[in-house]
Amino acid sequence: MKKPSKSPAFLLALAAAATAALGVAMPAAHAADKLKVGMLSTLSGAGAGLGVDIRDGFALAVQQNGGKLGGLPVETVIADDQQNPEVAKQSAERLLKRDKVDVMTGIVFSNVMLAVGPGVFAAQVPYISANAGPSQYAGEQCNPYFFNVAWQNDNLHEAIGKTVMDKGFKKVVVLAPNYPAGKDAVAGFRRYYKGVVADEIYTKLGQLDYSAELAQARAARPDAMYIFLPGGMGINFIKQFVGAGLSKDVTLFGPGFSADEDVIKAVGEPMLGMFNSSHWAHDLDNAANRRFVADFVKAYGRLPSLYASQGYDAALLIGAAVRDVKGKIEDKPALLKALKAAKFESVRGPFRFNHNQYPVQDYYLRVITKDPQGRVTNRTLGKIFEQHADAYAPQCKMK
Amino acid sequence: MDLILVAEQALNGLQFGLMLFLLAAGLTLVFGIMDLINLAHGSLYMVGAYLAAAAIAAGASFLMAVIAAVAGTALFGMLLEVTLLRRLYQRDHLSQVLATFALILMLNEGVRMIWGEQPLMLNTPVALSGPVELLPGLMYPAYRLLIIGVGLAVAVALYLLVTRTRWGMWVRAGASNRAMTTAMGVPADRLFTAVFGVGAALCALAGSLLGPLLAVQVGMGESILILAFVVIVIGGIGSIRGALVGALLVGLVDTGSRTLLPAALRQIASPEVASTLGPSIAAILIYVLMAAVLFWKPRGLFPARG
Repeated sequence: MKKPSKSPAFLLALAAAATAALGVAMPAAHAADKLKVGMLSTLSGAGAGLGVDIRDGFALAVQQNGGKLGGLPVETVIADDQQNPEVAKQSAERLLKRDKVDVMTGIVFSNVMLAVGPGVFAAQVPYISANAGPSQYAGEQCNPYFFNVAWQNDNLHEAIGKTVMDKGFKKVVVLAPNYPAGKDAVAGFRRYYKGVVADEIYTKLGQLDYSAELAQARAARPDAMYIFLPGGMGINFIKQFVGAGLSKDVTLFGPGFSADEDVIKAVGEPMLGMFNSSHWAHDLDNAANRRFVADFVKAYGRLPSLYASQGYDAALLIGAAVRDVKGKIEDKPALLKALKAAKFESVRGPFRFNHNQYPVQDYYLRVITKDPQGRVTNRTLGKIFEQHADAYAPQCKMK
Repeated sequence: MDLILVAEQALNGLQFGLMLFLLAAGLTLVFGIMDLINLAHGSLYMVGAYLAAAAIAAGASFLMAVIAAVAGTALFGMLLEVTLLRRLYQRDHLSQVLATFALILMLNEGVRMIWGEQPLMLNTPVALSGPVELLPGLMYPAYRLLIIGVGLAVAVALYLLVTRTRWGMWVRAGASNRAMTTAMGVPADRLFTAVFGVGAALCALAGSLLGPLLAVQVGMGESILILAFVVIVIGGIGSIRGALVGALLVGLVDTGSRTLLPAALRQIASPEVASTLGPSIAAILIYVLMAAVLFWKPRGLFPARG
């Protein structure tokens, strides 16, 4: 028996097509009379740690309130966006059209957010971003249905830019993934760091091997390096940075994303002494935060990350708005107004929305040290910015 | 251009190329000898990495974990060959692609069920976690040096196995004319199972060695599988020597173009444009290389079939 002849190109095309077709369907559900929350987040792949923390933080707030938010029973419909804008768009469509969710939250990555945003706004469903804060939605494309309860992407980078400047570093190499939040990160950093940027390296989003970039950074001979690599990317980078021996001559700075519990858990002691910026820390001293951290540790057996705090705050914000409209969530204008008023006790302390519905808040400098129990974790050093707003707000025409 | 940078990038390319070789070697043999398109080859790489991670989580040393992963995956591969893949040799390529594609989905879901959605992070052994100074000013991570060493050793061992042993003679004979080989009395069944086992073991070696550098996660096999296919198309199907040369070419071109191209582009464009264009051109370059090889040498650089 004779088989068709084996053309390598044909075989390769088959292999490529088959591999590219890998996709997974999401489970779905039901119908009911309550507050339906669409939790679309990154729950698989290298960015999964972030989405899981947002989901768990959100769930903790619901659980603390006896399964309710603002008096309404909550049903959370969870979907995984696989950090893929196309998959996310389809899942969002399903949440909006079939599950008919009342509010949405959960997206981690800005490129995913920008893909999903238009559909959500068209359906007139409020979106409470517990992480992604793209500059587009803070400026000209600001939208009455988009609320960011975390930060605008540039903010944490602006804070670290100011720190690097104040500490007197002269020559910095900047490294970020090539996607919207990566561009925002470098723009934010350079807004406050006025020294020499020896090299700006952009990598593919989700890249895991940084050997080529580390060699390039070494060749530039910087005295500090600034990285924006959330999730698994940062874990791998820091391990490889130490492995390549760069940590001896180069001080590493990052936003809180590259130095929070998810990264610390994976990297451990080599991270000691890394400075990073955040709008929240687990040792911030206020009643809401103490309760959040204690309950989170009890429920999940690990310290919360800033992502978890953002998921938790998203739930509190939604709860406060539902409470203030007395459960009448069909009244969209009233609901939006109540969301914008943001009458909730944030775990980060004072919180209010700017007119573009992004936060005005304080930013802190943290350093990774050993706490009294010997755990490697963050300690807050002090404030970098007080009541800081984002740079794009003036371009937003909303009032 | 900084000489140290070039030397470091050459080592990086070598390291990446050798790991690709471990994958491509098994793929090219299975392809050349059994005439089987095994899309699930990348899944064996994933299984190997997960087995190593599981062994480390259970308290094994790194060396023990690698050995366990290699042995476990080889067994698993041979089991697959005996129970399922053997039935596919006489089918056409479309059936093979469908069946092994289904295998990818099942293995991915299986791994997800056992180890969960979240990627597992392995740490390099403490003794190898630092850098080594190769030349004044040229620091290189000890762990990557280990990978290069293991890769070279395996390449030499495979070369000796294929060119100097009876088993290797059968393999070469099988790759060049399968029907004649079986007609001459070579025990095809056992040979095929053994080849498949060796291929699976090499996958597991690559997976467990790369685990600490990358992340052990579901789907890690698919992205690298495409590169492995490119390697064997460039090298020539069924040829170990071709797989080695092809893998090193792909490794060097990929690593070199990732930094050297943006640097060159930056002379003429803004960093953002350069970094957007750079990786896309770098990704294309590998395929340009493949197209060029196919144009001048349609059977690859070292075709096994005369």
